[in-house]
Amino acid sequence: MKLLPFEKPLAELYDKIEQLRKLSEEGNIDLSGEILKIEQRAEKLRLEIYKNLNPSQIVQIARHPNRPDSGSLIRLIFDTFIELHGDRLFADDPAIVGGVGTLGAARVVIVGHQKGHDTKENIFRNFGMPNPDGYRKALRLMQMAERFRMPIITFIDTPGAYPGLEAEERGQAEAIARNLREMAGFSVPIISFVIGEGGSGGALGIGVANKLYMLENAVYSVISPEGCASILFRDAKKADVAANAMKITAPEIVKLGVADGIIPEPLGGGHHDWKAVAFEIERAITSDLDIFKSKAESEIKQQRYDKFRKMGVFVS
Amino acid sequence: MSIIDWFAKKEKNISSAERLNIPGDVWVKCTSCSEILFQKDLDSHCKVCSKCGFHFRISPAERIRYIFDHESFVEYDSNVGPVDFLGFFDTESYSDRIRKAQQKFDRNDAIVSGVGSIGSVPVNASIMDFFYMGGSMGSVVGEKITRTIERSIDDLKPVVVFTSSGGARMQEGIMSLMQMAKTSAALERLAEKRVPYISVLCDPTTGGTSASFAILGDVNIAEPGALISFAGPRVIEQTIRQKLPKGFQRAEFLLKHGMVDMVVDRRQLRETLQTLLQALNPHGVLAK
Ligand SMILES: [Zn+2]
Repeated sequence: MKLLPFEKPLAELYDKIEQLRKLSEEGNIDLSGEILKIEQRAEKLRLEIYKNLNPSQIVQIARHPNRPDSGSLIRLIFDTFIELHGDRLFADDPAIVGGVGTLGAARVVIVGHQKGHDTKENIFRNFGMPNPDGYRKALRLMQMAERFRMPIITFIDTPGAYPGLEAEERGQAEAIARNLREMAGFSVPIISFVIGEGGSGGALGIGVANKLYMLENAVYSVISPEGCASILFRDAKKADVAANAMKITAPEIVKLGVADGIIPEPLGGGHHDWKAVAFEIERAITSDLDIFKSKAESEIKQQRYDKFRKMGVFVS
Repeated sequence: MSIIDWFAKKEKNISSAERLNIPGDVWVKCTSCSEILFQKDLDSHCKVCSKCGFHFRISPAERIRYIFDHESFVEYDSNVGPVDFLGFFDTESYSDRIRKAQQKFDRNDAIVSGVGSIGSVPVNASIMDFFYMGGSMGSVVGEKITRTIERSIDDLKPVVVFTSSGGARMQEGIMSLMQMAKTSAALERLAEKRVPYISVLCDPTTGGTSASFAILGDVNIAEPGALISFAGPRVIEQTIRQKLPKGFQRAEFLLKHGMVDMVVDRRQLRETLQTLLQALNPHGVLAK
């Protein structure tokens, strides 16, 4: 698995343990005392590193190539899932997946940004950066959810909407804006999870939710740290400073009232155990759907409106 | 070109204003065609170059003067002001940026809201100001747009918004992004009430502003030549590694691609708005 730069000291210790094991086997010497000592050191270091992650390290975890993706989480969480394709206007955008599924007795519509885990997959998925067609597919599916009274679950994981020539021609701004307005009007509950990167309007385009959760090592920001650094700090290399200044981590997004809760991840990040991540998300979905079941349609719509109406900090 | 020709050309390019040493508040050079224009004439043409039709960016005060009925505009929510709640610091602190902008413009933020009439049709309106921190949308812009829409949800007057904005205000982080959802949600309620909303997209309207209330008009009008985009041209060029075609993301390009209803010269904008408002308004709220 890909090691992140700040994990290097830890990897060095693991290498050493491996070497000692080999040596003890080949030379038939008992090195268990030494091995145990290094193992204890490694465990201490592991806790130290992962309990004190700074925002730019969390960004690296959020973008880890083995991070659990929408499609995989959907298949781990839901009892059944049938993927549906196309916006009925122009194309089927592989950067967004969606379909219908069941979870226990609940029937739901699921939509998520889809990244890949290697270059080939990422090229096919456009690195999780949707074109307008992706947002329009998402809208079509969510409108179907509204029609058939199915709660909507969305998984947010995108560097942002695709900044391409054709994306602009086909109305990237319009596609996102329309989703914001339409999602605000739905009377079925919407539950969203930022599972990796929540990149700007491209993330929000499927994120106007009644309840929004951040995975522990997910980030949500108005612009990428690199983008912010190159515009405001006039130096793209200051992305770590920008990541810190913008307050993009799960606890900060909750503190600002934008997210409602944090989904815990295994120590070191969700890529170490996808099933554990899926389990925690499933728990949140089940418990929320239970609460929303007893709410009237008007109440669900009003709660979502009030949530966003309150957002903003100003004096008057 | 010989060096003498070059000097001659350079000499010719020195504007008459510079040669005559006339102060800039009397004369101004057209950004597009370099024509020397008399400020007073320019003002009587709604700040459109009489030679080439170039639309200068204008302040909310000028916008109100050119579009609204004489002395009909009453400002609302001028007391709503920004806060540096993240303690944001880039090359300078957001607090300092706010303080400097407020001193320079004698206004709280990059937007003016109020009620006024256009050709005797009363409307609730918001006007963005690109000169003020790039017209960026933070909590204040989002709140004031939302309040304008909410006033119309109550009194059923049409909404007219003039956008001019580089997008979300980075110094307010995620809260700026949320203004996109807040304003769009208010527009959803407005539509339920069957109140028309006209969006006038002025140069430039990009990023989070374009991807929320700016593009959601029942009628979208763009000013000629206005840059209207989600992603900026430079970002796109870097992504696709090729030069963009001429006129890409300009008002006329958006018209061709079906994103705006019309491109209207500022000198005809007032009349166009009046006709549209009278045609669209189902509640028939007209001036007494
Ligand atoms: Zn000109």
